[in-house]
Amino acid sequence: MVGHISPKSTYYAVFAALMVGTAITVAVAFVNLGSFNFPVAIGIAITKATLVVLFFMHAKYSSKVIKLFVGTAFFFLAILLGMTMTDVLSRGLKTYPGGAGGSGYGERAPRVPGAAPAASREGQH
Amino acid sequence: MASTPLTYLNHEHSVASWLLTKDHKRIGVMYLLVVTLAFFVGGLFATLIRLELATPAGDLLSNDDYNKMFTMHGVVMVFFVLIPAVPAILGNFVLPLMLGAKDVAFPKINLLSWYVFVIGFLFTVYAMVTGGVDTGWTFYTPYSSRASNSNVMMTGIGVFITGFSSILTGLNFMVTIHRMRAPGLTWFRLPLFVWAVYATSLVQILGTPVIAITVLALAIERGLHFGIFDAALGGDPVLFQHMFWFYSHPAVYIMILPPMGAISEVIACFSRKSIFGYSFVAFSSLAIAIFGFLVWAHHMFVSGISVYSALVFSFLTYAVAIPSAVKTFNWTATMYKGAIWLKAPMIWAISFLALFLVGGLTGLITAALGVDVHIHDTYFVVAHFHFIMVGGAVMGFFAGLHFWWPKITGRMYSEIWAKVAAIVVLAGFILTFGPQFILGYLGMPRRYHVYPDEFQVLNVLSSAGASILAVGYLIVGIYLIASLFKGEDAGANPWHATGLEWTTQSPPLPHNFEVQPIVTREAYEYGTQEVTVG
Amino acid sequence: MGDAIAVRGGHGDAHAHHHPDLQHHFDTLEQQHEAATLGMWLFLITEVLFFGGLFLAYMLYRVWYPVAWAEASRELDIVLGAFNTAVLIGSSLTMALAVRAAQTGKQRATVVWILLTMALGFVFLVVKYFEYKEKFEHHHVPGPNFVFAGPEAGPAQIYFSLYFLMTGLHATHMIIGFFIMAVIAWMAHKKRFTPEWYTPVEITGLYWHFVDIVWIFLFPLLYLVDRAGHFA
Repeated sequence: MVGHISPKSTYYAVFAALMVGTAITVAVAFVNLGSFNFPVAIGIAITKATLVVLFFMHAKYSSKVIKLFVGTAFFFLAILLGMTMTDVLSRGLKTYPGGAGGSGYGERAPRVPGAAPAASREGQH
Repeated sequence: MASTPLTYLNHEHSVASWLLTKDHKRIGVMYLLVVTLAFFVGGLFATLIRLELATPAGDLLSNDDYNKMFTMHGVVMVFFVLIPAVPAILGNFVLPLMLGAKDVAFPKINLLSWYVFVIGFLFTVYAMVTGGVDTGWTFYTPYSSRASNSNVMMTGIGVFITGFSSILTGLNFMVTIHRMRAPGLTWFRLPLFVWAVYATSLVQILGTPVIAITVLALAIERGLHFGIFDAALGGDPVLFQHMFWFYSHPAVYIMILPPMGAISEVIACFSRKSIFGYSFVAFSSLAIAIFGFLVWAHHMFVSGISVYSALVFSFLTYAVAIPSAVKTFNWTATMYKGAIWLKAPMIWAISFLALFLVGGLTGLITAALGVDVHIHDTYFVVAHFHFIMVGGAVMGFFAGLHFWWPKITGRMYSEIWAKVAAIVVLAGFILTFGPQFILGYLGMPRRYHVYPDEFQVLNVLSSAGASILAVGYLIVGIYLIASLFKGEDAGANPWHATGLEWTTQSPPLPHNFEVQPIVTREAYEYGTQEVTVG
Repeated sequence: MGDAIAVRGGHGDAHAHHHPDLQHHFDTLEQQHEAATLGMWLFLITEVLFFGGLFLAYMLYRVWYPVAWAEASRELDIVLGAFNTAVLIGSSLTMALAVRAAQTGKQRATVVWILLTMALGFVFLVVKYFEYKEKFEHHHVPGPNFVFAGPEAGPAQIYFSLYFLMTGLHATHMIIGFFIMAVIAWMAHKKRFTPEWYTPVEITGLYWHFVDIVWIFLFPLLYLVDRAGHFA
């Protein structure tokens, strides 16, 4: 009458997938992919989280309303992160000496009092 | 007269039956009491502000004390009056009735949300009486995290706690609307008040947690010297502003959407006409809720954010005005060729339209990036948001309160005094905040209690207006309370209004309806019946 | 508008109307169950945004201070972190099985699976305790006693502020989960749950899975920053 009952095999399969995902995440962390390490790690985490939401939390078998709500939560989280980062990543973009050249690393960070300047391109100014 | 009928008010009398009630109607009344008290407290701070500003010198209050006055005025009015007023009072009372339900989805959580609200209020009041807080209701770092000696943490804790009240109410309402509508009550037969409350609940659920974590992070930074916002470590004080305004901008839509819902009900009833463009008004509520999350950095145009980002936020701020404009046009179109019945709720509603229009248009002025560079942090902004918050939200609340008062109490108030009060409040409001637009345009900064002599005339006009406004609100309080003792019996439907809440007795039964209502008609079928009114 | 035509709902399904777990403002157990799960999902949405604020701060500073982030992250023990991740994922499995046991009316199994979940959660917190202790001993707790070698000390302190805030908030949610699970285990022990009504187990499960999901993100974000030495 109420709720979908998943077979135990589903749960064990998801558990196995989550463990494999964890192992992969750790292994890949030691491989130098440069800037791609972060998106790969996040991508694996998102996959694992999706499995938990769909199968452990039964979202796959729940009403459309619940699916809509789950999507909404992450949509607005993306807004929070994304729109704030549009500010952070473009401060001083081409309008301020030492401002962003576009990559978003190193030289755009504020100078911490007393610390050595950030490595990359500061010395040019 | 026969024996007194059973109502939610008279079926149990003990204090415990109120403090342990799970009845949404009693909870709504209890919220009314606390919010009214908060309104007085916030008004007290406003009185001191306007008294101080009547003269150019800082002669009534010290600098620090003045900072505390505007801070506490803002904190109390935002978190303890405007955010809860319509949803927690009118929403709690009316929503289940409008849906044909026996109660909200989670009655015990509803009661919990009231207790959480009261505890948060007590924390905040305690912070105020033991020294106050002087950071501005916006709590900007680094002043709030490093330098202020006032009760920042205690106030922050009070705000944090109260946020949960807002979240629980929003959660309750959303589930109620999704799962407890009467048979036949499809989404597009819902009164527009329900759409407005639904959109508000969406904002409460998505936005409030962000201010919670912001205030928590601030409290920990202050108390334990963590350093998330600390520039000396390389931190970004503007990060605080991003986190703060991500909630606090949508918060203003929490404050305005439910009053707009009430206005829809009032205008339909007192124009004897269905709301023009029902689905546009319904969708505009959702659009405001969603778009409202995309514009927060328009409060930060001069804080040092990227100019490109500011352009985007400015553009989106213009976009968010569109659904509000749709509503305003549709309300006006509803009144056009309607049979206007000029009772007190309608006078409040018409005042709302005029004042919200001015507030909205001046919002567009501030949304222009270049203009905002000059008027940010001046009285222009103060006037703009008071036109929306007081001229809009509070007027809308009063419109709804006067509309549903007969349902809540079973009594009619004095129509003459209600009309008098509405006019006095309108006149007092315009006199208070109209001059502030000019002051801001001329350059008077906000949050200053010392100003150049040439601004005094306008300030005196504003303070005089504030005294008239206060008198108007007092008159409202007096005749509403008097109605409880001397008001004539309202009957089930004194306004001949549509809506399920008007099909049951006034005051309603404890369990709302004798029999489960079944809905077969559209929302505002005013055109199908002719009524003669006095 | 309302035409009150007929009595419905409460008197329609005689069994549901007299079911002891049906609350009076609901018409059917199914409606009540759907309302409860919808309510818990909405609460979890607030939790996403609650933690989300900290993720925002994390992201901003990671972009600004990649070197500090790399250096500070390497101070965390990856073995303990990975172990804890496995433990918590395991506790999600046992929780899912607890809900399934309640759904299928297996009272004792429900109790056992919940207790196992609590045990695994407890292991997680014990490991966390040792991690925190080690941080304390190395003066990596932000505040006046913070010590970090090298020029990245300032941003590193921001990193550790976020580390403690995020993991501390997560641990707090786990502790609250313990109390909830203890109550649910007791109720299961008293045979309160039936296949018609096991809602508290299900919504507790939702909460616990959410706690697991937060950690699924915290682990790579906090422990696996630049282990390959790209930035420093």
